[in-house]
Amino acid sequence: MTLIIKYFGMVAEASCKKEEVLEFNNLPVQNLRNDLLKKYPRLATVDFKIAVNQSFVNDNFVLTGSEEVALLPPFAGG
Amino acid sequence: MSLSDQEKNRYSRHILLEKVGLKGQEQLKSAKVLVIGAGGLGCPVLQYLTAAGVGTIGIVDFDRVDATNLQRQILYTVSDIGENKAISAKNRLTQLNPHVAFDVYPEKLTTKNAIELFKKFDIVVDGTDNFSTRYLVNDACVITGKPLVYGAIFKFEGQVTVFNYKNGPTYRCLFPDPPKAGSVPSCSDVGVIGVLPGLIGTQQANEVLKMILEIGESLSGKLLTYDALENSFLTLNVNRSEEEVQKVLGNADEFENIDYDFFCGITNDPKVNEISVSELKEWLDNSRDVQIIDVRESWEQPQVEELNAINIPLNAIPSNFEKIDKNKETIVFCQHGIRSLNCIEYLEQKGFDNLINLEGGIVNW
Repeated sequence: MTLIIKYFGMVAEASCKKEEVLEFNNLPVQNLRNDLLKKYPRLATVDFKIAVNQSFVNDNFVLTGSEEVALLPPFAGG
Repeated sequence: MSLSDQEKNRYSRHILLEKVGLKGQEQLKSAKVLVIGAGGLGCPVLQYLTAAGVGTIGIVDFDRVDATNLQRQILYTVSDIGENKAISAKNRLTQLNPHVAFDVYPEKLTTKNAIELFKKFDIVVDGTDNFSTRYLVNDACVITGKPLVYGAIFKFEGQVTVFNYKNGPTYRCLFPDPPKAGSVPSCSDVGVIGVLPGLIGTQQANEVLKMILEIGESLSGKLLTYDALENSFLTLNVNRSEEEVQKVLGNADEFENIDYDFFCGITNDPKVNEISVSELKEWLDNSRDVQIIDVRESWEQPQVEELNAINIPLNAIPSNFEKIDKNKETIVFCQHGIRSLNCIEYLEQKGFDNLINLEGGIVNW
């Protein structure tokens, strides 16, 4: 399946990109998280939440098809 | 609460709107809004709520205006430098709209004063700049049952939403746990584009006005993210977690004793030695042989000549750390003590073992 991954804030800095398209057949979100951590080691220092098709999900969520995934870290600046 | 003829004239462009009208403008006058933090986000929030005629506005900020604030904190002028922000903001806003009553709190928001303070207001706006205060504000809103209009920024990106409104999600439903201490840098450490807090703060003000006027659709349950470089918005749905809400309510009696800095991992890390500004001054007075490294950019103020510091900006440390004498006692400092901490963690991996962080940074000099 084809995923569109969007990166925000420090997550985008760790991956050095704002968006990419990934082929991914490893269904739970936890596996995607692990794959991305391997691909972008700097992500290990960043806390972030994952949203699938504009809704936040937990790591057990199972990806089913061509979905848009957003990796969002908390910001504190004001 | 009725309006004078002068006020009716002043707010005529609101009153002309069918969705506002005289009734709506009176609702604005009756409303009491508390703004925590009169910085980048707080300034536009305060300016628009004051202009709109919100009747009572509370302002909490212990901080003083600094020259580096003026690039984005639009309520302040050069003559405000060194003055308390809450008081300076009130002075400026009173000129803008004398029909608004301001309650000024030029002090830190703590677990000791938050609950009584929040009870006096209808809506709370979060314009703070650190995680421990954000969790404190959230929990105090949950305990007092006040809606929280949230905004946060990072470099060119921002987030806005409404928490704890009509049984909607809270901050902890979105982010149950704080990020690792020191892992998310602040505006003072990594910079922020000046218009960004203007854009995000204006969104927060809009959410406050809609809530008071009971019009439109609230951002409750939806986190709006904004990217200034692409000028794009993305809305993400946030669900309420009853478990997270109950955790806060269950601890309500203990709220006054919760250490939010500790919760966010902000403790004096025993692994890193720290020195206070006054201790360092004593060391210098005693001519102690110590090497001092400034990891700020070269233009950052204040510059303290008597330190004879070696300036190596944090980003340049990996390619320049050989310039630091490993055998000497070394103090590392930056503006607020965060970048220097990162530097020390990096250098310790490179075999340095006598590094000391300047606690709170050089701003305390």
